[in-house]
Amino acid sequence: MNEKTENLVLVVLITTVNLLLAFIISGLVIWSVGEDPWFALKTMLYGAFGYDEGIGYTLYYTTNFIFTGLAFAVAFHCRLFNIGAEGQAYIGGLGVGLVCLWLEELPFVVILPAAIMASALFGAIWGAIPGYLQAKRGSHVVITTIMFNFIASVLMVYLLVNVLIKPGQMSPETREFGENGWLPQMHELFSWIGIQITPTPLNLSLFWAFICAFFVWRYIWHTRWGYEMRTVGANESAAVYAGINVDRNIIIAMALGGALAGFVGINEIMGFNHRILLNFQFGYGFTGIVVSLIGRNHPFGILLASLLFGILYQGGAELAFETQTIDRHMVVLIQGLVILFAGALENLFRPQLQALVRSLFKTSTPVAASG
Amino acid sequence: MWSDLLLILDATLRMAVPLVLAAMGGVFAERSGVIDFGLEGKMLGGAFVAATVAHLTQSAWMGLLGAIIIGITFSMMHAFASVTKQGNQVVSCVAINIFAMGLTTVLGQAWFQRGGKTPQLPPEARFTTIELPFAEELRVVPVLGDIYYELISGHNILVYIAYIMVPLTAWIVFRSRFGLRLRATGENPLAVDTAGISVNATRYKALIINGILGGMSGAYLSTAQLAFFVKDMSAGKGYLALAAMIFGKWRPFQAMLACLLFAFAEAIQSRLQGVPLPIVGVVPVQLIQSIPYILTVVLLAGFVGKAVAPKAIGEPFIKEHK
Repeated sequence: MNEKTENLVLVVLITTVNLLLAFIISGLVIWSVGEDPWFALKTMLYGAFGYDEGIGYTLYYTTNFIFTGLAFAVAFHCRLFNIGAEGQAYIGGLGVGLVCLWLEELPFVVILPAAIMASALFGAIWGAIPGYLQAKRGSHVVITTIMFNFIASVLMVYLLVNVLIKPGQMSPETREFGENGWLPQMHELFSWIGIQITPTPLNLSLFWAFICAFFVWRYIWHTRWGYEMRTVGANESAAVYAGINVDRNIIIAMALGGALAGFVGINEIMGFNHRILLNFQFGYGFTGIVVSLIGRNHPFGILLASLLFGILYQGGAELAFETQTIDRHMVVLIQGLVILFAGALENLFRPQLQALVRSLFKTSTPVAASG
Repeated sequence: MWSDLLLILDATLRMAVPLVLAAMGGVFAERSGVIDFGLEGKMLGGAFVAATVAHLTQSAWMGLLGAIIIGITFSMMHAFASVTKQGNQVVSCVAINIFAMGLTTVLGQAWFQRGGKTPQLPPEARFTTIELPFAEELRVVPVLGDIYYELISGHNILVYIAYIMVPLTAWIVFRSRFGLRLRATGENPLAVDTAGISVNATRYKALIINGILGGMSGAYLSTAQLAFFVKDMSAGKGYLALAAMIFGKWRPFQAMLACLLFAFAEAIQSRLQGVPLPIVGVVPVQLIQSIPYILTVVLLAGFVGKAVAPKAIGEPFIKEHK
């Protein structure tokens, strides 16, 4: 028990220190382009939490990051780098949009499950193909998923420009689908119970994201399939000797990751845009990588990290709006630094922090030292 | 027809340059046992710094120097994280790529405020074409004269450097003492260590060369191919270069051929657009655009032979006794 707490404290401490480092360097960049980092921080926090609209947007971004973070995490437990959440989300959104356009005459209760299944299916296919190529042909999943991101992007341009575009319209978008296919937004729900809040894109998908996080946790740590997947991830040859089908697990892990990423489509297409359009997924997939790494690939950690990046996204938008020099891409820069420090350089201060935590636990609980 | 073919091949040669430079960089890193998906970031960073420095100093050479410095900087970040601190190499690469994407856009906007674009460089501040001696005079010679004039002469200096880098890389990797150590480090680091050679130092050296080449490939994009930097300019070329290198089985000449194949697919794009082909008719632009990506997937899927990576790739070297 004590060892468990010790590890938890260590993990939290390491993550915090690494995050702080990333933020300090980001602050230096902000300072070097002639803005006040303190002002930037205050603006971002105000933008994310200062008023109900800000909170709505923050949670709306959070929803996307939970999906893409889980998409990375599931594959990562099988030692696969799913860099393709970007494309999987894009194609998942295509599935959602097609269902909503096709079934728009039907009631909402029919459309919703159909749309959820379509997003999962489309995303899963886009993830499973690189998984299959990794398992059966040995092509590195990182490169294949990146290529699938590019292919998804080109495919969507083709479909929207040539096939799905609303006739007589210039911009490559489908027509808006019927209201039966709209996922209720939070401000509508609140107004039903008599509370008025500012309309934001935040919608019911947030709860679906929580449900997904719960099921991913159950799946990975409390089912046979999850156990098999983690075994393949931890030691492939051991998995083979244990009679586990490695190839099948790789494909399943990538398909699951793709399905989870596909749910971004529910939030974006069904919950907010109500039509298929270009680049609605832009950047969420890559943020998912960061979110999962910070969250230690654990659903609970991913929820927290998603909220952090929801804050950064919405706060960053506010900051870009308030200042001339700082671009929205500041958040991309911060993401890069966070991956560097919290992901690649996670061992940077580990020895020191480990010693620190050890000494703390030794002095307080002598029992832990003996075990 | 003949002149069309020459023009396509000429464009192929030029478009392959950033891929070739980056792929050679990839050969050094991966032969030493370090994965390098970060070529994309180095290329992007190199392109941005080259355009910025060339704009400030009005010198393409200073721009190139700047690009090389940023390439080495990114490489050293990767080396520190994955060689010294034994962190996850793929994660480190992803970090570098995302960091480069953010940094170039943020600084570009902060410094120039043109939506991520840097100011147009005048001809003096970029790499312009070089006429090789007698190109004009020799044109009268049938076939060979044309080839000399169109294909071999009339490129900028970086094109020549890139194609010289290929035999040079091959020589260093397969014929030099350093190359022997490099390959041994990638295949069996323990043996290298036993022989009294530092595995980590070898990997650092390989990554310095990798950074130089990665930065140069970026400089080519913004100061030779075009005369400015735009955000996300590398557009996946770093990954294509890496794929070409894998397809070339970690060998310089084969990697170059793969780069030329990708570049050829890119070069025929503009020729195929809107032109009806026999049987299939007009091919959609988007399908043509996706050829390099689909080609990469197909090639990597090993439908053309299996690729075997250096044995110790991706594994940090940990000495048993400190």
